[in-house]
Amino acid sequence: MHLSAEDFQAIVLTLQLASVTTVLLLLLATPVAWWLAHTRSVWRTCVASLVALPLVLPPTVLGFYLLVALGPHGPIGQLTQWAGWGMLAFSFWGLVLGSVVYSLPFAVQPLVNAFEAMGSRPMEVAATLRANTWDAFFTIAVPLAKPGFVMAAMLSFAHTVGEFGVVLMIGGNIPDQTRVVSTQIYGHVEAMEYAQAHGLAGVMLVFSFVVLLGLSWFNRRSNHHANGHQKAGA
Amino acid sequence: MNIHLQLDLGRADFDVSVDVQLPAHGISVIYGPSGCGKTTLLRCVAGLEPSARGRVQVGHEVWQDDAQNVRLPTHQRAVGYVFQEASLFEHLDVSGNLAYGLRRSRNHVSDTVLQQAIDLLGIGHLLKRRSHELSGGERQRVAIARALVTQPRLLLLDEPLAALDHARKQEVLPWLEKLRDDLNIPMLYVTHAVDEVARLADTLVVMHEGRIQANGPVAEVLTQAELPVVVGEDVGTLLTGVVLRLDAPWHLAQIGFAGGALWVRDSGLQVGQTVRLRVLARDVSVTLAAATDTSIQNHLPCVVEAITPDVHPSQTLLRLRCGDTVLLSRVTARGVHALGLYVGMAAWAQVKSVALVK
Repeated sequence: MHLSAEDFQAIVLTLQLASVTTVLLLLLATPVAWWLAHTRSVWRTCVASLVALPLVLPPTVLGFYLLVALGPHGPIGQLTQWAGWGMLAFSFWGLVLGSVVYSLPFAVQPLVNAFEAMGSRPMEVAATLRANTWDAFFTIAVPLAKPGFVMAAMLSFAHTVGEFGVVLMIGGNIPDQTRVVSTQIYGHVEAMEYAQAHGLAGVMLVFSFVVLLGLSWFNRRSNHHANGHQKAGA
Repeated sequence: MNIHLQLDLGRADFDVSVDVQLPAHGISVIYGPSGCGKTTLLRCVAGLEPSARGRVQVGHEVWQDDAQNVRLPTHQRAVGYVFQEASLFEHLDVSGNLAYGLRRSRNHVSDTVLQQAIDLLGIGHLLKRRSHELSGGERQRVAIARALVTQPRLLLLDEPLAALDHARKQEVLPWLEKLRDDLNIPMLYVTHAVDEVARLADTLVVMHEGRIQANGPVAEVLTQAELPVVVGEDVGTLLTGVVLRLDAPWHLAQIGFAGGALWVRDSGLQVGQTVRLRVLARDVSVTLAAATDTSIQNHLPCVVEAITPDVHPSQTLLRLRCGDTVLLSRVTARGVHALGLYVGMAAWAQVKSVALVK
């Protein structure tokens, strides 16, 4: 198996994209998930559906809308031009934006589950022990929801690495800027470079398998941990 | 120095509405059936119910007074809260749980407070354990100690024994009694178990469907005749007395109290020791003359003070005054009729069994 310099470029870019997206997603998904887990607002189902939308929408549809929004006449495009950042379409940060939207449900759902499983009791206990809400959130809620955060980070990262449709629509497959592994493979196949495609596809295959292996190992460990609690509690 | 609670909170089933003054010492037990609003009341005092309106004053501190727009958030109320189920932080060990409140308490207290709480609850050997390595009783003792290290002005206990089996209950109860006797912190203790009332209460507040039905010193409240509705089969009287003498061959001890003396089982009592007795109404019967041909050992001269119908139409509750003490007696209405009992009549109370609660 031999990988060209461009292949390595694509791999590095993919890892950069997935890392930045994962960090931004955790920052964004945490307040959204907290709100979804605790609110009794009538808007809850509405927001929950909106967040879950990328799960069912074809990536090309999502990419198309994002492309229009990021374009010179789209709302986001006008905003970024007004702010002096230029156009985000066909740029790395455009890809980041697309990836954040596309992987949002994969970050939000594990966190909602974790926060709901925790219930409101630990936060109440912390308040009776003189901790204010922010203090209690960082010292109690975050550590207790740690499995949810790990799950959210792994899923966001892996899902971003695996995306294709959105990237193709708003990235444009520009080498060293928006050409990630999945679009690079597509390019190889288009150019009938099957050996190259094999190499990169193999890397993706191994990567995905390792992530899934890690996830199930982590799941088993935290389940085992939870069962241990129940056993001692019974 | 008092605790004043005046609170209103709308709920789906009924509104909780209370206005009560409680002494700022000892244990005030809030008693009532499940779902009567006891826990809600406790949560209001701690500031955990955002929609509660009214006034919460503990000593000189006003925690809430909606008329004056005063409303301290929970973390600014000097409260200790022990929840019904184990609520220890699972990601921290016991000492981490204890330190959590200690670090954040207002009057930055030294380690002596921590050590006192550890000693008081006997948890020194558990400090390095995690929540799931503790028994239910140990968990509640840690939760109580954790609440104490914040040096609360008021300790709130929400059915702290309800999730424990009988053996674990017996394990934790002595620690609660120790707390009451050693600390100068008033406690509000929510329960629906009569034996906990008998054992712990100094003041008794009876709640029913969000309202307070009765409130006062426990011995007085328990002899109020309208209570059987709430207390049911377990209606009875609490007496405080002193061990007068022991009858070693028969394993009995005589307990003297204001208005008489009763023989009870000697469970290793010392002469001069103060004890609490519980006499259930169903264990007290009435005779017109002092009976001698009966196996019952305890006979007390008394005066019938009140005759009230009980929940079931066949039953009647009698209030019998023996000197300064009141006993309740549950007898059949037919028996009352046959003996011709009336208010003011002199009679004899026969006490079949007495439970030593402490």
